[in-house]
Amino acid sequence: MSEQTPPSPPTPPAAPPPGRSVDDIKRDPLVADAVSRVDDAVLGAKEFVGEITLFFDRDRIVEVARAFKDAGFVYLVDLSGVDYSKYPGHTGLRFSVSYTLYSFQKNARVRLRVWTDEKWPVPSVTSVWRTANWHERETFDMLGIQFSGHPNLERILMWEGFNGHPLRKDFPIRGIDTGARIYPEVFPEGGGPKAGSTGKDVKDVNVYKGEWKRYGQWPVAQIGGGGNGAKAAAPAPATPKPVAAAPAPAAPPAPTDEEETE
Amino acid sequence: MNKALMTYLIWPVVKFSIAFIIVQVIVAAMNWVERRLLGLFQARLGPNRVGYKGLLQIIADPIKFLLKEDIVPASAEKVAYFLGPVLPLIPRRSSSSLIPYGPPPAFTVTRVNVGLLLILALTSTAVYGIILGGWASNNKYSLMGGLRSAAQMVSYEVPFGLSIVGVLMITGSLDLVTIVRYQEVNAWNFIPQIVACFIFLVSMNAENNRTPFDLPEAESELVAGYHTEYSAMKFAFFMLGEYSMMIVNSCLIVTLFFGGWTLGMFGIGLTTDVLNGMGILGGLLGAAIFFTKVMMFLLMYVWFRATFPRFRFDQLMDLGWKFMIPLALANIFVTGIFILVGQERLMYWIGLGTIALAALYLLKPKRAAAKQKVAHAS
Amino acid sequence: MFDVHEMEVNFGPQHPSTHGVLRVLLRIDGERIIDAKPIIGYLHRGTEKLFEHMAYPQCIPHTDRMDYVASATNNLGFVETVEKLMGITANIPRRAQLMRVMLSELQRISSHLLWLATHAIDLGAMTPFFYTFREREQVLDFFESYCGARLTLNCMRIGGMPDDLPHGWLEDVEAFVDKFEACVDEYESLLTNNRIWKKRTIGIGVLSPEDAIDWGITGPPLRGSGVEWDLRRAQPYECYPELQFEIPIGKNGDTYDRYLVRMEEMRQSTRILKQCFPLVRATPEGDIKAKISKVIRPPEGEVYHSIESPKGELGYYIVSDGKTQNAYRCHVRPPSFVNLQALPAMARGHLVSDLVALIGTIDIVLGEVDR
Repeated sequence: MSEQTPPSPPTPPAAPPPGRSVDDIKRDPLVADAVSRVDDAVLGAKEFVGEITLFFDRDRIVEVARAFKDAGFVYLVDLSGVDYSKYPGHTGLRFSVSYTLYSFQKNARVRLRVWTDEKWPVPSVTSVWRTANWHERETFDMLGIQFSGHPNLERILMWEGFNGHPLRKDFPIRGIDTGARIYPEVFPEGGGPKAGSTGKDVKDVNVYKGEWKRYGQWPVAQIGGGGNGAKAAAPAPATPKPVAAAPAPAAPPAPTDEEETE
Repeated sequence: MNKALMTYLIWPVVKFSIAFIIVQVIVAAMNWVERRLLGLFQARLGPNRVGYKGLLQIIADPIKFLLKEDIVPASAEKVAYFLGPVLPLIPRRSSSSLIPYGPPPAFTVTRVNVGLLLILALTSTAVYGIILGGWASNNKYSLMGGLRSAAQMVSYEVPFGLSIVGVLMITGSLDLVTIVRYQEVNAWNFIPQIVACFIFLVSMNAENNRTPFDLPEAESELVAGYHTEYSAMKFAFFMLGEYSMMIVNSCLIVTLFFGGWTLGMFGIGLTTDVLNGMGILGGLLGAAIFFTKVMMFLLMYVWFRATFPRFRFDQLMDLGWKFMIPLALANIFVTGIFILVGQERLMYWIGLGTIALAALYLLKPKRAAAKQKVAHAS
Repeated sequence: MFDVHEMEVNFGPQHPSTHGVLRVLLRIDGERIIDAKPIIGYLHRGTEKLFEHMAYPQCIPHTDRMDYVASATNNLGFVETVEKLMGITANIPRRAQLMRVMLSELQRISSHLLWLATHAIDLGAMTPFFYTFREREQVLDFFESYCGARLTLNCMRIGGMPDDLPHGWLEDVEAFVDKFEACVDEYESLLTNNRIWKKRTIGIGVLSPEDAIDWGITGPPLRGSGVEWDLRRAQPYECYPELQFEIPIGKNGDTYDRYLVRMEEMRQSTRILKQCFPLVRATPEGDIKAKISKVIRPPEGEVYHSIESPKGELGYYIVSDGKTQNAYRCHVRPPSFVNLQALPAMARGHLVSDLVALIGTIDIVLGEVDR
């Protein structure tokens, strides 16, 4: 699509300077102390808008975290995951977990990142900063990244038993069928109104049809599949029919079982 | 025979009905007064839709209660469930016949010479209703609320009773009329018995489950209270019981400590003899004085509700057992010593001195205390 | 397993004093709390997923609804993060910066008034609720006259502000601010020296400074524990560097100190507002937006930026792929979510009645916890 540029763009953001090399970043006084303790775990470094990001080996993250905590980064600001599967030009592992740290003495933040995949668990840093507990639970819940050594890695925002990880790029924005169906006689398979529906098909849903007298005989939606709920319960008087109908065609081919048929 | 019937049956029944109706009117009025007064404290109007300034609310609320669906939990214990609201109401209402509203003999319904003890005994039986109500609801949280409330009421019965003992020692009688007549000859009892008056004030709030002691009724706690499972008229009975108790307590404190229907001390002023000398007008004047004083204490109930936060349950019990009871016992002890020594008048000076000190403390200009507590960093 | 004396009780999700749909699973022995487990997620609406599918300016109304009590600061955090990503933070006109600060401070006052109202009424004091809402109505009126909405403001844009201030707005806010300090004194007179209030709040939920930092707590709970840290001072944004204000800190880290810290913060907010008025009047009218392209397409990279919202440090972590108009990933670091994590540590050993005080003192908004 064509971009509408104003006639004279004033002071456009200058092309970012080539940036410092990884070694220069590693020697930055902010992180030099911590990095020197775990120098061999560093996989890379980046700097953007004044923030330093260091990439580390996933399996040694606890040791790295402890080194940073001892170096003054006592406050874990944020722990989050990113799914890079739809990132243009990304090769490599699918997920990245970022740890944003803050040091009170130096009054500055640094970010640590590790790469992982669905299969590779990341060691949990709950033992280093207690606040990581819920952050890691949320990352697991939303993205499916496993954290090994976490005291109680369970879902936090979605309910127990939810099937899927919502923030993954292959999870649809419109949601998935969780099996909890409402108004099955109005809405199709998949529950809920479809995006783009005008709502005209819901006009009968809330109309009182004198149904309270039939309390106990209401069609009950089948949770978890099993076809349209209304049809499942309404023909309750009709269910004996298929059963009764079964032996009849079976009778002729089995002349010896006359006693067993009806 | 006719005179006997008149004196012992008809006339008391008539007087009791009048007293009952008056108390009922005050209960209904209290409903409206509380809501409007709370609104006044809270910078808002109270009910103002039904009738002039919401006065018809007094009629609208009972209509609502009567017409509401009466839901009874299926697994509630039926007999206890129905008895629950009724048990607090009956003794509290019937004790309104023991209180002298004006100069005897016309304005006292009955005159029992152990009237005070009878009132205490009757109002104490209200606890049964609360326990039954909480237990019979078959609700874990109602049970806890009922037990909490019962523990609170039983604990505060003790300072309630002990604070009265001081008054008894000075007055020498359990008869409420005698106590009032004593007060018009000497000073009102809140001066020599200032400590007992304070304890009685706090205990009557706690007895009544009113803020700051309204933990059993608080909806912001986990336990929603003993009257959770009650709807419509049964709930209204609990509320009626509460308001009746407020009135009985206010009448008691006025009678015991603030001179009842008289406006005189040391024999000067509107004493009973002066009022009786004015005939029926004097009697009515005495009753008016009495009810004015009662209204002041009822307003004080509402004032407390608007102002104070709630005590936590263990703090409430600590206050009752560790502070109020020792204080009441000390009061009895000190009063006894003064009576033994014969220096009863000294108590008056002590009482006046305490009141003067309290007034000086309250009228002292306040310093901005809050700013000192928080350290500032820039 | 369970001892015979222990009972497991559910506090919420429908409860008058959990400030939203919060469920706390309590394990109690009589009245004493042995363990508390907050269960959240009842208000999860998939905001972060939505951010990935909407252009940056379209995200701003969604940020309103996270902490719906303090939406101006939510907006501010988001637009500042995007501006940092685009590198245009220095281009925001001064008038826009001052307007942002004024709206944030008014929002801070409004949020703290709501906190005081609900905290007091949970502990039984009914009256402060009505007094604080009387002032809050006036603040909401100011918001309404500026951007048309009282609660979910959508009052900031990437690069500046949507509209200039209405005529007379500054005078009205000045009149409000002049009498607001007396109102705070009024609320304090009801509660601060009240013996019952002190009994309910002193010693409840004590957090040591090291624990607070370890749990990641920010905002008034952190300052109540004695840590002198406020993002408006530590990592200043907008025009806070030139404004003078103090940061109140507490001594003991209990509920009473947190209460005092927030009351003092309200006073400091009025102080900031008073300083802003002459500064705003000195700026040219109408200069409220930086000149940026209509289509917001930030360069590739990732950024984390946070501001001081009334509840704590509100941070946004945005990953941009440089090619689309949507964020590739926008993660919100909500202060209430992180502060709520410390609830079990604060609640153990206290009574059930104290749990209500604790939930009130951490000042959570479920919209922010669950997003």
